[in-house]
Amino acid sequence: MNLRKVTAASAAVLALSLTATACGSEDKDGDAGSSSGDKKITVGIKYDQPGLGLKTPDGSFTGFDVDVATYVAKELGYAEGDIVFKETKSADRETALERGDVDFIAATYSITDERKEKVDFAGPYLLAHQDLLIRADDNVAKGEDLNGKKLCSVTGSTSAQNVKTKFAPDAQLKQVGTYSECLNALQSGAVDALTTDDSILAGYASQDQYKGKFKLAGLELSNENYGIGVKKGDTEMLNKINAALEKMVSDKAWDEAVKANFGPANYENEPAPQIGNIVK
Amino acid sequence: MTSVLYDAPGPGAKRRNVLYTVGFVVLLGLGCWWALAVMADKGQLDWALWEPFTQAQAWTTYLLPGLGNTLKAAALAMVIALPLGALLGIARLSDHRWVRGPAGVVVEFFRAIPVLLLMLFANQFYSVSTDLSSDVRPLYAVVTGLVLYNASVLAEVVRAGILSLPKGQTEAAKAIGLRKGQTMTSILLPQSVTAMLPALVSQLVVIVKDTALGGALLAFPELLNARGTLAANYANVIPSFIVVALVFIVLNLILTSFASWLERRLRRAKRSSGAVLHAEQAGAEEPVAEPGVTTKEGP
Amino acid sequence: MFDFLEGYDLLGAFWVTVKLTVFSGIGSLVLGTLLAAMRVSPVPLMRGFATVYVNVVRNIPLTVIIVFASLGLADVFGVTLGAADDFDEQAFRLAVLGLGGYTAAFVCEAVRSGINTVPVGQAEAARAIGLSFTQVLRFVVLPQAFRSVIGPLTNVLIALTKNTTVASAIGVTEAALLMKEMIENEAQLVLISAVFALGFVILTLPTGLFLGWLGKRMAVKR
Repeated sequence: MNLRKVTAASAAVLALSLTATACGSEDKDGDAGSSSGDKKITVGIKYDQPGLGLKTPDGSFTGFDVDVATYVAKELGYAEGDIVFKETKSADRETALERGDVDFIAATYSITDERKEKVDFAGPYLLAHQDLLIRADDNVAKGEDLNGKKLCSVTGSTSAQNVKTKFAPDAQLKQVGTYSECLNALQSGAVDALTTDDSILAGYASQDQYKGKFKLAGLELSNENYGIGVKKGDTEMLNKINAALEKMVSDKAWDEAVKANFGPANYENEPAPQIGNIVK
Repeated sequence: MTSVLYDAPGPGAKRRNVLYTVGFVVLLGLGCWWALAVMADKGQLDWALWEPFTQAQAWTTYLLPGLGNTLKAAALAMVIALPLGALLGIARLSDHRWVRGPAGVVVEFFRAIPVLLLMLFANQFYSVSTDLSSDVRPLYAVVTGLVLYNASVLAEVVRAGILSLPKGQTEAAKAIGLRKGQTMTSILLPQSVTAMLPALVSQLVVIVKDTALGGALLAFPELLNARGTLAANYANVIPSFIVVALVFIVLNLILTSFASWLERRLRRAKRSSGAVLHAEQAGAEEPVAEPGVTTKEGP
Repeated sequence: MFDFLEGYDLLGAFWVTVKLTVFSGIGSLVLGTLLAAMRVSPVPLMRGFATVYVNVVRNIPLTVIIVFASLGLADVFGVTLGAADDFDEQAFRLAVLGLGGYTAAFVCEAVRSGINTVPVGQAEAARAIGLSFTQVLRFVVLPQAFRSVIGPLTNVLIALTKNTTVASAIGVTEAALLMKEMIENEAQLVLISAVFALGFVILTLPTGLFLGWLGKRMAVKR
């Protein structure tokens, strides 16, 4: 009899764990909270980049990309509660647009010719540059100084490759999963510099835990024109977003968003770019 | 405790043992002291880095959803792999060579391949050939990889479970006129299932551990991956690793304890005629023995 | 048909896999045997330490251990294993350390179960002629135990060979990382995967067969 009980017990445990996971999967769509509106708009952002797109402990989102996306969505006629944010990792962005998983993407999305073949870009809404983050007591005057130094970047990022091919072929490159792990290595001296867009670096440098420990080297190693990605051929959406971006600049909301998100980082941002003016 | 390997210690041996103990304590102490000193030096012991784990938000926003995904992938993999494995295991016992042969090839093939390769393949396959959304693709890929690998491991568990039954069972079934299929479904399988249970639970530990691969290489948002997002907010790489490792240890210790409890229980029950299978006997490559077992009194 | 292999160092990647397996295999054998000796030793503290080590390490995913070796050990503790200025070499050595430490727990369990298969009489006889604990282990118990653990150790070694793929998580350019790169850039998904699968079958199958044969040959006839 005991055996049967044991078997039944394990079956029950299994069933329980299954129902538990079933519940777990349902609340996945509840990220944006419940709202009264009947039509929603889904926006792709980053979840792990302070200053641009970050999922905070209380489950809400902050950052410049988030503010721009929210402004644009409101201009498109959606209430704040009807915006659903979704994580789009760098590698997934084109596919997410092509498949219609998201309506538009504001996720440190640089406009490049290669990407333009697959998606359309509104904007640009921010001009960033590839730069280095170094320890506050360190100095790097030009890209070539990186030869023989230790550099950190995330796997699959083009910035590190850019440095190696254009400036410092002898730099050592450590590749990790997220930028915060680079900061950890930078802080303890395991690497000498972290490279990616200055806007992203500024966000990290201004996190409370890191305040005063790091600084930007101030090198403009490349031009990154952040655009809002939309599905290829969706001209109506494209024009509406461009109009919204123009309005955001003209009614100073753009400046406020920059100040709110980059202000604490002492990030000297470029002025708001003209729509369609892509700096090569 | 006395072991067969050495006598109850006399005065000399006792002194020597104390000496060894002291030496070992010094070594361990030095190691711990160094680790703590480095952590203190690098500011990793700052309460600000550990504090988030005492607050509910760090768990509800990052770690618990990650743990949920870990458990979901593990449970799905087990539930799908089990019937597949049973089918393959029974097929390997078939009297027909054309069934036995291919089943054997499939089992040996998937057991020889790293589960990560299977996951990478599945991920790319789903991304090229299906229109699965990028939210669920990593989950599907992880589960597919785990199922392919574990079905073949479980096939061996099932086969060993059936083979562990006394021959008399099959003979008696034949004597009362049951057909082969009937013998399998109503005599052999029910008895072997109870014998296999501990090995199945132990395999669950291996599955849980393998889900972390998906987090590191396929961006599957399980516990290890959730640690990354958490550390982006709190800048606490070392503390978050320690906490995540602890969660895994506790989870797997619960599973192993459950497995050994089942095993003891089944041994005592003695109702099944077969032996109770251990993961090792069943050919699982990462055997998980009972926790805290010391050397038996005599071999 | 195989022109997609051009520009990729397939053999080089598998060579790294082999090196990872061999180095961490040797390391885990040494550490694992040491742990097994501790687990049966007369010193309670050593027994306790070995038991805790095995049960802790065995329950942590290898991925967590390897990633921690890179982000924690190397970046924070400064354990760079003599390769602070060469990240590729450093990642390789850290992977060997992680794989060795993880596999040692399984080697320990295999050796311990082997010690348990040695009949009581052997140890009793050894002690009767006045051998000490270390002598009993060295001359009587371990030589017999190792013969009977060839089977279980073979399984551990095969698992280790497959586990080396986890090193790709910290950027060691072994087989799995090359496969990831290739299937993302080339179209022949099935063909590429088949080549890598075959590579692992070639690595694991003969090992299993040879050691299986050796295990049967060496088994202590009782």
